[in-house]
Amino acid sequence: MKKTLFDKIWEAHVVRSMGGLDVFYIDKHLIHEVTSPQAFDEISARNLPLYRKNQIVATADHNVPTVNQHLPIQEPLSRMQVDKLTENCAKHGVELFGLGHQNQGIVHVIGPELGITQPGMTIVCGDSHTSTHGAFGAIAFGIGTSQVAQVMASQCLLISRPKKMRITVDGELGRGVSAKDLILYVISKLGTGGATGYFVEYAGSAVRSLSMEGRMTVCNMSIEMGARGGMIAPDETTFAYVNGREHAPKGERWEQALAYWKTLYSEEGATFDKEYFFSAEEISPMITYGTNPGMGIALTGAIPTTVPAGETASFDKSLEYMGFAPGESLLGKEVNYVFIGSCTNSRIEDLRVVAEFVKGRHKASHVEAIIVPGSKHVEQQAIAEGIDVLLAEAGFELREPGCSACLAMNEDKIPAGAYCVSTSNRNFEGRQGPGSRTLLASPLVAAITAVEGKIVDVTKYLN
Amino acid sequence: MEKFEIIQSGAVPLPIENIDTDQIIPARFLKATSREGFGENLFRDWRYDGDGNPKMGFALNNPRYSGQILVAGKNFGCGSSREHAAWAIHDAGFRVVISSYFADIFRGNALNNGLLPVQVSDELLHRLLEQVEQEPQTQFVVDLVKQELFIPAWNESVSFEIDPYKKECLINGYDDIDFLVSQKEAIEVYESTRAWAY
Repeated sequence: MKKTLFDKIWEAHVVRSMGGLDVFYIDKHLIHEVTSPQAFDEISARNLPLYRKNQIVATADHNVPTVNQHLPIQEPLSRMQVDKLTENCAKHGVELFGLGHQNQGIVHVIGPELGITQPGMTIVCGDSHTSTHGAFGAIAFGIGTSQVAQVMASQCLLISRPKKMRITVDGELGRGVSAKDLILYVISKLGTGGATGYFVEYAGSAVRSLSMEGRMTVCNMSIEMGARGGMIAPDETTFAYVNGREHAPKGERWEQALAYWKTLYSEEGATFDKEYFFSAEEISPMITYGTNPGMGIALTGAIPTTVPAGETASFDKSLEYMGFAPGESLLGKEVNYVFIGSCTNSRIEDLRVVAEFVKGRHKASHVEAIIVPGSKHVEQQAIAEGIDVLLAEAGFELREPGCSACLAMNEDKIPAGAYCVSTSNRNFEGRQGPGSRTLLASPLVAAITAVEGKIVDVTKYLN
Repeated sequence: MEKFEIIQSGAVPLPIENIDTDQIIPARFLKATSREGFGENLFRDWRYDGDGNPKMGFALNNPRYSGQILVAGKNFGCGSSREHAAWAIHDAGFRVVISSYFADIFRGNALNNGLLPVQVSDELLHRLLEQVEQEPQTQFVVDLVKQELFIPAWNESVSFEIDPYKKECLINGYDDIDFLVSQKEAIEVYESTRAWAY
């Protein structure tokens, strides 16, 4: 029987099978302040030690301010939650990249950049965007807090094996069409629940040609179509990215790792429960118009006028919330906020795209444009490259790292009724603050929107 | 975890598809470090306006509807992995959510917290929603042992699927954590014999 990439890694991590469930071993467990406190409480209440504390890495990201991180957190509940993480990590001996640490940042940005994320691994975190790490050819997925406690206590989960889906995108992405557009396009085709119950492998020449940053953007949004996770087979691009990073294997160990990682691919003739094929040439810069990530269209397209039977009520509710009408084009819509950040698009490559575009330009006067780097390392790199200066000259505010306005747990909120073009991953009602209206797009589209002050056809900037 | 008993109750209808976890419990209410009290903010922005006044059009504020069963549109619980969503629904007094399908992480979180996700066909979901909206006092019986949803008003029973292990856990109040800790020996053997370790 020919094996898929997913099969190979899954089977290498089964401790034992029982009926439809596997005791499934986890190599790396990433934790953060929001979904870990109740798990620490649970293992303490049961008097259980952390089974493999060296396989856990912690950071503070969801609930941290993005200004004045050197000062105590102002908001008392947020401060308490972040302090609780520090306290729990100290008590249990878990490595913490907290506020002020040079490695601090969004959990899905720091894992890869420190070389913690490696091909063939199993990685979990109490966060649905854990699928990001699948870009390296890892099985990575989000878990609930009860499962966080299970992994703390046993380094394992008791789970059933999901079905397998492959999404192949062949061809060459056009100028100005990014990984974000690719995944928004795929989600618009499959719908917000289209991959529920499946683990996705992304393949095809368009996916292969993406940088690691681009691959992370694609895998990151797998959950937005309901997938348990997403992954891409490791290749030379992957190995070159991992090589030399702080936690990557070194010397002889690197050679051994490489030999193993090169066996991680789906064999010719391996079967998937479901397959989709798309052509890169069909994809153009995308934007969402509704309140789930499946409600996306080409930037120059129109909002649909018909939806499948039985979905009309939800569609109407969504458009009413957004203040849009069926059949309408979004071109010319005024936008007051632009947010560039989140685990989807806050890596150095994203910041470079924005900086390159805004060089010599300025944001529109009515737009507030904030850009939140994914980590301290991304922030330092941006400063080293002079990106901070370019952004400041263009009127963009470069903040300190965190999840920020992607989920608006901290002070970074979009006001009720306002439109925000955002490089994040979710456009749910109120996601960026009560009443906020989110339009998801790529960093390039976000930067152009900030400069124009409205949604425009970006083609004129691409030549 | 508390044991799951037979539930006989009315239902609250939410005929909306793709209800995401940000609607169930918005992120700004995730700052607590305990599991309790999230029910207060369940569906916060659908339930209350900006000033904290109840929106009377929303089913949870409608005195016609009550019970331990929530009936919601397909793809319930999509979005984030926050277990707070399952805690909030449970904390607000619900023990069962009926939908035509559930997001994977939400389903797991619900099962780990004594909240039973009951998956039915699109067609049946539509009929159930219609029934509750027209006859809000309609009673339902959810019998986990028999894996059966009984609707006395129709004299009709429908069976539902659940993983046999998860069923045992719910009925007896067992947690996965107890089981996994009992597997320590097998886990240690795995760790010492695996081909490639990180």
